[in-house]
Amino acid sequence: MRKAFKLQDLDCANCAAKMENAISNIDGVKSATVSFMTQKLVLEADDDRFEAVLDEAERACRKIEPDCVILR
Amino acid sequence: MNKKQKRTRNRIVLAIALFVVVYVVAELLPLSTWLGSETTALWVEFALFLVPYLIAGYDVLLRAAKNIGHGQVFDENFLMSVATIGAFALVLFPDSDPHMAEGAAVMLFYQVGELFQSYAVGKSRKSIADMMDIAPDFANVERDGRLVQVDPYEVAVGDEIVVKAGERVPLDGVVVSGTSQLDTAALTGESVPREVREGDEIISGCVNMTGLITVRATKPFGESTVSRILELVENAAEKKAKTENFITRFARYYTPAVVGIAVLLAVVPPLVLGQNWSDWVQRGLIFLVVSCPCALVISVPLSFFGGIGGASRLGILVKGSNYLETLAGTETVVFDKTGTLTDGSFNVVAVHPASGIDPDRLLSIAAHAEAYSNHPIALSVRAAYSGPIDQQRIDDVQEQSGHGVRARIDEHVVLVGNDKLMSECGVGCHDCELTGTILHVSLDGDYIGHIVIADVVKPDAAEAVAALRAAGVKKTVMLTGDRADVAAAVAKELGIDEFRAQLLPQDKVAEVEKLLEETHERGSGKGKLAFVGDGINDAPVLTRADIGIAMGAMGSDAAIEAADVVLMDDKPSNIARAIGIARKTMGIVWQNIVFALGVKFLVLILAAVGIANMWLAVFADVGVAVIAILNAMRAMNVRK
Repeated sequence: MRKAFKLQDLDCANCAAKMENAISNIDGVKSATVSFMTQKLVLEADDDRFEAVLDEAERACRKIEPDCVILR
Repeated sequence: MNKKQKRTRNRIVLAIALFVVVYVVAELLPLSTWLGSETTALWVEFALFLVPYLIAGYDVLLRAAKNIGHGQVFDENFLMSVATIGAFALVLFPDSDPHMAEGAAVMLFYQVGELFQSYAVGKSRKSIADMMDIAPDFANVERDGRLVQVDPYEVAVGDEIVVKAGERVPLDGVVVSGTSQLDTAALTGESVPREVREGDEIISGCVNMTGLITVRATKPFGESTVSRILELVENAAEKKAKTENFITRFARYYTPAVVGIAVLLAVVPPLVLGQNWSDWVQRGLIFLVVSCPCALVISVPLSFFGGIGGASRLGILVKGSNYLETLAGTETVVFDKTGTLTDGSFNVVAVHPASGIDPDRLLSIAAHAEAYSNHPIALSVRAAYSGPIDQQRIDDVQEQSGHGVRARIDEHVVLVGNDKLMSECGVGCHDCELTGTILHVSLDGDYIGHIVIADVVKPDAAEAVAALRAAGVKKTVMLTGDRADVAAAVAKELGIDEFRAQLLPQDKVAEVEKLLEETHERGSGKGKLAFVGDGINDAPVLTRADIGIAMGAMGSDAAIEAADVVLMDDKPSNIARAIGIARKTMGIVWQNIVFALGVKFLVLILAAVGIANMWLAVFADVGVAVIAILNAMRAMNVRK
């Protein structure tokens, strides 16, 4: 499954790059892009693990930028 | 400015005001005489400067603390915190000048810069979003005899919608009634309005300018042009350019490396060489400030985003930053002829009557003879003949496939066709100096002249080829399924370097592969090949080329799918403009990279030898970021 999510309060470009890196390394993720310009996360992951992956992605984002929220 | 930015702004203004007051107090008032001792005075100053420092930077300190908990040591909050706390901590070294003012000022400066960054990025984000504001909000549908506004998603294929003057066409469809003028500028960049009447196809996203029209929807909203374009532009940011990935990778190593050197710089010389601690610690702190990679990391995607946004304003849709990057390196441009360089429709380009014959009469006779044919050639002859066709005059029409038409008009035997038909019937005819399809006409066995029919080149095609050359394209090639002499004439007229004629669709792929090899081997080996087609039948070639450009793609799903760059209108001159925008964007990207890294390295070197101070370091971080962002925003400005 492939889905796009809006990222709220993603304020730093370097954090976006770090998030992309962190999310890509989550187990079950096929591809992940975090665009600082469009403030979006496009996540492609296994269907059966999608929600779990998303939870993990959310934790990863919060670690990198505490203010940033994935809107879902 | 949004709420968050406004709050930060107010906080910064307050902190700056306090800072000025504290600074004046510390500099001008004889604190040490009042308090009786130098040391007490120093600590009072320390406390005073702490106030504006904390007001301006408490969030940075807080985030830094949180992030250390998360193991994020190299983020900018942490670096700024360490650098400024370090500046304050220099008070502990009795042999140094106090640096509290510097510490507070660095934090202030940093926050001003951050605020500006966030404002500028938000602004460019918004202006690009506005540019792409082509999404219709509603559709007018008749329900129970009343016109109601519904969500475009609710309109089904076959439903009739009413578009009033000033409204946006919500779905692709066919005009059922009414005439009007459409403003297509948001889609194509073309400012001349397009006239539409009953039976014309119209696409969503255009603005109805004058009349009221009723449209029957031919596609659901999700598949309409406007949705596809928005989707395409939204997704463009996903495909990151090599330069962009390079910079983020670079940042991953740059920051830890500079921090590492900062630590060594602060510790080694005093320990090993017995040098002055405060001096070297300060140099280390400067390194920390410079180690933030933000200027680079922010300005590169911003430039690409601006370039893509600016291009879309001209009706040039680039599907990703990576394609913009490749497009900038275009050295060979391969065109498909029909529909790309030429109109793709046959037109009468010349009427050459034999001596003593009126040209209008020649055209009239030919048009009458071809009155019943649906052949493209017949259609073009009838289109060129402006008068009415009187069917009473026509009798006994025989179409001879591959040859022409034989008919009786006003009781005269008329032959209209190629030289084969003429020689078969014993009519002497002669060739024409023009290339194209020659239609000879005879009346009762006498030759009365010929009509030249050709696929006309687009008015801006020659200009487009010249513009490509001016933009640094080294080679232009035209591919066509047409005859060699026609291809040669078109290539010559347009100034195209080479042509390959009589190609079947599969031959085109093979030709492009050959040309790809040649392009990649030439010169630096970095040159790219772009293929331009109209998207009909050339999807395989579009995908095979380094960059596939589809033109006149409004409404053609296959072309939008297969191409990397989509030109919404069918003007070939936009190819050069697309390449121009790509080159300009790449120029800005490299300017930013070189400038930011140059300044940072320079300040690092100056700091290492003890010439740079904290102020210069803040400039190398925030100042450079601001300049790079301003430069990146230039990518958005394109000439209409």
